[in-house]
Amino acid sequence: MAAVQETVDRVRQIDVDQYRYGFETLIESDKAPKGLSEDTVRFISAKKNEPAWMLEWRLEAYRRWLTMTEPQWARVNYPKIDYQDLYYYSAPKPKKTIGSLDEIDPDILKTYEKLGIPLREVEVLEGVVRPEGQRKIAVDAVFDSVSVATTFQKELKQAGVIFMPISEAIREHPELVKKYLGTVVPTSDNYFATLNSAVFSDGSFVYVPPGVRCPMELSTYFRINERNTGQFERTLIIADKGSYVSYLEGCTAPQRDENQLHAAVVELVTHDDAEIKYSTVQNWYPGNSEGKGGIYNFVTKRGDCRGNNSKISWTQVETGSAITWKYPSCILRGDNSRGEFYSIAISNGHQQVDSGTKMIHLGKNTTSRIISKGIAAGVSQNTYRGLVTAHRKATGARNFTACDSLLIGDKCGAHTVPYVEAKNSSALFEHEATTSKISEDVLFYCVQRGLSQEEAVGLVVNGFVKDVLQQLPMEFAVEAQKLISISLEGSVG
Amino acid sequence: MSLLEVKDLKVRVEEREILHGLSLTVNPGEVHAIMGPNGSGKSTLSHVIAGKPGYEVTGGEILFRGEDLLEMSPDERAAKGVFLAFQYPVEIPGVATMNFLHVALNAQRKARGESQLTTPEFLKKAYAAAASLNIPRDMLKRGVNVGFSGGEKKRNEILQMALFEPAVCILDEMDSGLDIDALRVAADGVNALRSQGRAMVVITHYQRLLNYIVPDFVHVMSKGRVVKSGGKELALELEASGYAQFEDAA
Repeated sequence: MAAVQETVDRVRQIDVDQYRYGFETLIESDKAPKGLSEDTVRFISAKKNEPAWMLEWRLEAYRRWLTMTEPQWARVNYPKIDYQDLYYYSAPKPKKTIGSLDEIDPDILKTYEKLGIPLREVEVLEGVVRPEGQRKIAVDAVFDSVSVATTFQKELKQAGVIFMPISEAIREHPELVKKYLGTVVPTSDNYFATLNSAVFSDGSFVYVPPGVRCPMELSTYFRINERNTGQFERTLIIADKGSYVSYLEGCTAPQRDENQLHAAVVELVTHDDAEIKYSTVQNWYPGNSEGKGGIYNFVTKRGDCRGNNSKISWTQVETGSAITWKYPSCILRGDNSRGEFYSIAISNGHQQVDSGTKMIHLGKNTTSRIISKGIAAGVSQNTYRGLVTAHRKATGARNFTACDSLLIGDKCGAHTVPYVEAKNSSALFEHEATTSKISEDVLFYCVQRGLSQEEAVGLVVNGFVKDVLQQLPMEFAVEAQKLISISLEGSVG
Repeated sequence: MSLLEVKDLKVRVEEREILHGLSLTVNPGEVHAIMGPNGSGKSTLSHVIAGKPGYEVTGGEILFRGEDLLEMSPDERAAKGVFLAFQYPVEIPGVATMNFLHVALNAQRKARGESQLTTPEFLKKAYAAAASLNIPRDMLKRGVNVGFSGGEKKRNEILQMALFEPAVCILDEMDSGLDIDALRVAADGVNALRSQGRAMVVITHYQRLLNYIVPDFVHVMSKGRVVKSGGKELALELEASGYAQFEDAA
């Protein structure tokens, strides 16, 4: 049988349900009533003990949302969402706790092992609670997530970095939140962002004061303190003059949620000479082998290079979700500012990805770089959609775009939809795009040298995405590399 | 026991029979040349021995040290010591040659139940092999075969042969795309790897290559069969009279 046919058959067989995840939550105590109304918005705001201005802000967004319609332009298909049939608030539920890792499905443990995540961290991620006595031993022997987190907090405080849930920031730093919230992604921006503005549950707030280089990758912290932020996450990161911060969201470990609709908003602001590096590893439940279930991920992420010589860099590794609708963008307002977008988007099974970026050049001598790698397997559809635009005052704007797509099997699709607009003659925009099929000859070459089929696919794909992987914080690059191989397991016979 | 025994092999590709009962016996230390015109089935033979998908074996067998080779996956065959030097080595962008060689060698060693080579152990071995083939270290840092010249690609194949130390090397049209100087370098590399325990099967159109890699046996293929076997002088005879005389014999 030709390898292509084997590939196709194998993909058909993949039981994405392998993904099935242990913790079903039982308690449903602190929930807003079903559906969306002003009352729902008030309920959420009250639950968060928000000040009046915040409630007003939410309500305004809600009223705006009522006048909007769901966007249809993305290359994704899904049944119509009944927004009145959803829950918009439930208190973060504790994961079902368990006594030891022995109670976890061995398949899931295998995934962690493949990812190379240390067992102690797996226990934290999986919600293992050890009896009191044993716990102490664990603290001494390895490390305890709580104490590590506390140490981190102390260090951040010394540096003057504010890093807390946005719900707390609204109460404790209202002047900062008021000044920046909604200034990059306005409440009227788009259907999903407006919905998020009305009902966002929680998220992170980061403020790095002038001249401060954040003393740690905020990723390190996050990995251990994975927060249950709910389906409408809201993140706001501000890097004041001359500061730097690197932030990682998400986790290579598989994540499951009973809420199908996710609509997050992330806003980044950099002042003069500041830099934000924002990395995402997304591994939400992609649905089962028939394409049922799975997370709808409608995300609005945008960074504003407000100051001169500032820089924002997005790096994303997208492997999960049934539908991904996501365009992390940069507004290059300050002169000499720079935006970067590095993306790996993998779709397998029935997944649909429509993702890309927008680079909006407003300031003089602004530069941007886009490197996108899409990999489609199974019967998935993978679209790159990108906009590069130069305002008429943006003299000397430069962009380089390279988007490459790799197809595995013959039932999937890769699409590239670039929009390029230059309103002044000094702009220099370059665009390169390639689409290729993972070649049987390449795979055979590898197996002739002793690699198994799966190792061969992993090797070839990792070679394909190498330029992007290098952009990830070190400790995650290795995990992401393994995650990519795992996501494509069984995609080739 | 023979190292490689092909017995009455019949192979189809999409309903069309390419090999109609081919036999070949290769013993350790021997170098066999297989010659024949285009479409005689030479490359098919090499692909089937290595286990490339897309071929259907409808009759006969291939034994490797007495074991049924056709029952093994291509990577198992590689680990057992079957090596195919490709006519057109593929490019693998983003995968450094050094990394590829290391991963492949360790995969073979693992399959044989041998220990994994650490990076320093491997580097030492690889640099030594590369030096003997005049391969600059810089070339090893580049993606596998990416931007390599024809000669570099073939030398990279021979480097792998030197590193993996296979029992049977099948060289598929090694001379294609090489000028005379590059051919000489590649042939020297191959000759250095000739040994008592190792056998080689050299597939070629032209006698030219056999001036550099001198075979012990020459087989002429035509229309899916071996139609004549002999010593190295057979190649010279072919050079003089062409393949036409064998077309009728087939």
